[in-house]
Amino acid sequence: MKFPNIRSSLKLKFRNWAFRRTVETGTVQLNQRRIYILPTRQFFGFGFVLILMLLGDINYNLSLGYVLTFLLATTGGLSMLYAFRNMAQLEIHAGYVEPVFAGEQARFVFHFNNPGTLPRHQIHLHDDDGHKTVFDLPAQTSTPIELALPATQRSWLDSGRLTLYTRFPLGLFNAWSYIHFDVRALVYPKPASPQPLPIAAAPDGNGKTTIRGDEDFAGLRNYVPGDAMPRIAWKALAREQGLQVKEFSAQQGQQLWLDWSQLPDIALERKLELLTRWVLDADAQGFQYGLRMPDGEVIPQHGASHRAECLRRLALFGVQPS
Amino acid sequence: MKLTAQLTYGLIACILLVSAPHADHLPIWVSAECGALLLWRAYLARSGKALPPRWLLLGITVLSVMAIAATFRSLFGREVGVTLLILLSTLKLLELKAVRDATIVVYLSCFIIITNFFYSQSIPTALFMLATLLVILATWVHLQTGTLAFKPRLRIGGILLLQAIPLSLILFVLFPRVQGPLWGLPQDAYASSGLSDTMSPGTMSKLSLNDAVAFRVTFDTAAPSRDRMYWRGPVLWDFDGTTWKRGRNPTTLEGVVEDTGMPLSYAVTLEPHNKRWLFALDMPNKLSIKHRLTPDFQLLSDKPVNARIRYQADSFLSYRANPDELPRQLQRALALPRGLNPQTQELAESWRTSHPNDDAAIVREVLRHFNQGGYVYTLEPPLLGANGIDEFLFQTKQGFCEHYAGSFVYLLRAAGVPARVVTGYQGGEYNALGDYYILRQADAHAWAEVWLGERGWVRYDPTAAIAPARIESGLSAAVSNPASLPFMARNPPAWLRELRFNWDAMANQWNQWVLGYDNETQFAFLTRLGMEDISWQKMALNMLAGIFTLVGVFTLLLLRRLVVRQTDPVQTVWLKLCRKLEKAGLPRKVHEGPQDYAARVIATHPEIAADMNDLATRYVALRYQASHDDTALSAFKHAVSAFKL
Repeated sequence: MKFPNIRSSLKLKFRNWAFRRTVETGTVQLNQRRIYILPTRQFFGFGFVLILMLLGDINYNLSLGYVLTFLLATTGGLSMLYAFRNMAQLEIHAGYVEPVFAGEQARFVFHFNNPGTLPRHQIHLHDDDGHKTVFDLPAQTSTPIELALPATQRSWLDSGRLTLYTRFPLGLFNAWSYIHFDVRALVYPKPASPQPLPIAAAPDGNGKTTIRGDEDFAGLRNYVPGDAMPRIAWKALAREQGLQVKEFSAQQGQQLWLDWSQLPDIALERKLELLTRWVLDADAQGFQYGLRMPDGEVIPQHGASHRAECLRRLALFGVQPS
Repeated sequence: MKLTAQLTYGLIACILLVSAPHADHLPIWVSAECGALLLWRAYLARSGKALPPRWLLLGITVLSVMAIAATFRSLFGREVGVTLLILLSTLKLLELKAVRDATIVVYLSCFIIITNFFYSQSIPTALFMLATLLVILATWVHLQTGTLAFKPRLRIGGILLLQAIPLSLILFVLFPRVQGPLWGLPQDAYASSGLSDTMSPGTMSKLSLNDAVAFRVTFDTAAPSRDRMYWRGPVLWDFDGTTWKRGRNPTTLEGVVEDTGMPLSYAVTLEPHNKRWLFALDMPNKLSIKHRLTPDFQLLSDKPVNARIRYQADSFLSYRANPDELPRQLQRALALPRGLNPQTQELAESWRTSHPNDDAAIVREVLRHFNQGGYVYTLEPPLLGANGIDEFLFQTKQGFCEHYAGSFVYLLRAAGVPARVVTGYQGGEYNALGDYYILRQADAHAWAEVWLGERGWVRYDPTAAIAPARIESGLSAAVSNPASLPFMARNPPAWLRELRFNWDAMANQWNQWVLGYDNETQFAFLTRLGMEDISWQKMALNMLAGIFTLVGVFTLLLLRRLVVRQTDPVQTVWLKLCRKLEKAGLPRKVHEGPQDYAARVIATHPEIAADMNDLATRYVALRYQASHDDTALSAFKHAVSAFKL
C-alpha cells in the first residue's frame, strides 16, 4: 500500500528538481523554454504499428506500402510541432479569486490570451491532485478559464503549481508547461450550524427588542452560503433575479459585539466557525456588529465591506502574514 | 473525450473505406456480414442504444472465425489473414468502450490499408489511399478535440497530410531499401495470372479476354515488324490427347544458335506472374539479369517472378537453332499418344507417302490444308471429345490459336516430322507517348517449331495460314465476332485509344519510378542525382539532413501566425494624422483624447480649426460609434492625406 505514495512523492521530488519552481506575477507568455514535449503511450503503440507495416513493406516489397508508412510516420512526427504550436505564445495572467468558505470550491480564474490567428484546441489545466478543466481558445481573444479547487481549510489557499497540457492533434505527443502564479484564494472558516446570536450578552437588551429590526425591510443583497432560509427572497427568485436575501435595518444605535472572550470553552477552530456564523447572521439581520478578537477588534458597523473585513479577520486569525 | 455518435460515424467510415477495396476478393458472405455489422453499429450510434452484450459478440466472433476456417480450409495465409483482420476490426467497433478502443480502431484501419496493396498498387489505388488517410486523420483529430466540427477537423487533417507528403517523399527516396523477403512467404502471397505451362483447348482463348498488361518493351533501336515479334515463353513437348505439357528436357545444355544476324537490343518490364519464365523475342541471346537458358530456348529466372522486374535483353531475329539436336530430344518431338485420332494419322501418312524425303514439303501441305480447308479462327470454338484432333480437323473446323498450333504439331509428328508447340505472346501495341510496346494477356499466342535438319528448329505459325490478320494487326482484326472480346481489345474510337495510351504511359512511369523503386533503382537514381559512394549510412545522413531542413521550413511556416497584433484601420489613419501634427511641433499627449487634442491644436493654430474639428469628429464617429462604414473610412483617409499645416 505504501508504494504508490513513495512513487508519487519521488515523482514530485523529481519534478521539483527538474522544472522551474518559481512563483510568478503578472503575465506569463508560453515560449519554447517553458513548453516541454514528450511522446505519450499512444505514440509507442503507433510506433509498433508502423514497424509492423515497415516489415510488411520490406518483406512483400510493397512500394505503395512504403509510401503509406512514411506518410503516417511523418504525419505523426509533424503532430509534435502541432502540439507545441497549440500551446506556444499563449499569454496568461491570473484573475481575482472570490473568497469562499471552507468546504466550498475556490474558483481560480486565469485569463488566457490567444494573440494569434490560430484557434487553440483542447488545452487541459490541472493541479497535482487531479482537479482539472479542459478548454478551447478562439483566435485573437482573451478567455477567462476557471479552475475549481476545493478549499478545505480557512486562511489562504494557494493554487499550487498547475500543469497546462495538450495532446492535440493526434494524441501522440504531450506538450506541457507549468504555471504557478502568486494568486491565492481567501478561505473563510466554515460557518457553524445555526446558533442564536449572543444577544443576551448585550448589556441593555433582550431578544425581542432587537429582533424587531426584522420588520424594517431595507433591501436585497446577493445570497451567500450560510444565509438563513426564511430570509431568502423567493419572489425575487421567481422574477429570475437570482438567489437574493432580504435585509432588514436594525434600530440606530443597536450594537452587537461578537466577542471572542465571551465564547464557551471550545476548540479554536470551532470558535472561529461560530463567530463566522454570527457574523453572517448579524449581517443578515441588519445589526451594527463588531468583532472583538484577541488580536484586536473591528468596531461595530454594517455593510458588505464590513462583513468582508470581519470574515477576513476570522479567516486569517493566527495565520502568519507571508 | 467521450465516444459520441459523431465519432462513431467517423470510425465506421474509416473501417468502411479501408475494407471497401477488398470487397471484390473477400468471400461474399464476409462482405455482407461486415456491411450488416457496420449498419447495425451506425443504428446503435444513432438511436443511442446500448452496445450488444459480450456473450453475443463473442458468439458472433467464434462463429465467423469458424466459417472463415471452413471457407478457406485454413486459418493461415494471406487471404485468410486479411479476411480475419477486416472482420475483427468491424467487430471491434461493436465493443467501443473507451477512447483507447477508438484509437485501436484508427490504428487498425491504417494497417488494413496496407493489405490492399497485395492486390493493387495502381495510381487510382494510391489516390484512394490518400482520400482514406484524410478521413482517418480527421477522425483521429476528432479523438483529441471532441467538440470541433467536421469541416475544421478535415482541414487540420488535410493540412497535416499535405505537409507530410514532401517529408515522406524524402524518406521514400532516401530510406535505405532492403531487398525482401525477410521471412518465408505463404504460398498465396502473390497473385498469378498469365500463361501457364500447359496448353489445352480453351487456355489461350480464355487469356484473350484478359486485358491486363503482361509486359512492356522499349526497343533501343528500330522495332522489328509486328509479324516478327514472337515473345517466346514455355515450350511444350508432351501431348496426352488433350493437354500439351513441358515435360523434362533430357539435358541441361543450353540451346545453340548459329548463322545469326545482328542482335536486336531492348528492355522488358515484366509484370509479376508468379512463374519462373522470362519473355524475350525469338531467339534470345543475352539477358541482363540472372537466368538460365534451357535446351529448347526457354529463359528461366532462378525464382518465380513475384515482383515487377526490368531487364535488358538481346535477340537474333534470323538464326539456325540447334541444327545438331540430340536424338533423344528428336524422339520427344515425335511422340504421340497411341490409338487416338485415326483420321488425322491417316491424313498425315498420306502426305508422308507423297513426300517421302521432304519434311519441308509436308509442312507446306499442312499449312495449305489449314488455309484451304474451310477453317475458321474464332474465340468460341465448340467443345471437343476424346479424339479432339480428329473432331477439330474434320468436323468442327473452328478453333483458336491453341487448336491450330496443337493439331499442326500433331499432324507433323504423325507424318514423322519432329515438331513442338511454343507458347508466348505475339505482337504488341505501340504507345507513341512513351515509345514502348505493351503486351497484354490478350496477346497470348501459341505457335509451332519444326526441326528441319540442317535448318534446325524453324518457327511456323499455323494461325497465320488461317487468319493472317491476327499476326499482322492483332486479335480484333482476326476474330470473326469481335463482340466477344473485351471492350478495349476491339477497335475503340481514336480518342479512347489516345486516352488509354496516355494512361498506360503514366502507369508505366508509376511502375518504374514508384512501384519498382528497389535498392537497385535507388542506387541508380541517387547516382544520377550526383551522389557518390552510396552507402546506407550516407543515405541515412542525407535523409536526416533533408528532413531536418524541411521540418525547419515547416516550423517557420507553422509558427508564423501565433502572435498577430491587431491594428484597427481607423486608428491607423488617426495615428498618421498625429504623426503629421507631431512633425509640426504639436505632439499628442498620452492622456489626450481626440477632442481634447483637437481643441489644444486649434487654440494654438486657429487657422486650421475647421479641418481639425472635422477630422476629430470623423475619427470619433468612426471609432466610437461602432458603425462599420467603408465609405466613411475612405473619406477619412482622404481627408487625413489632404490635411496640411
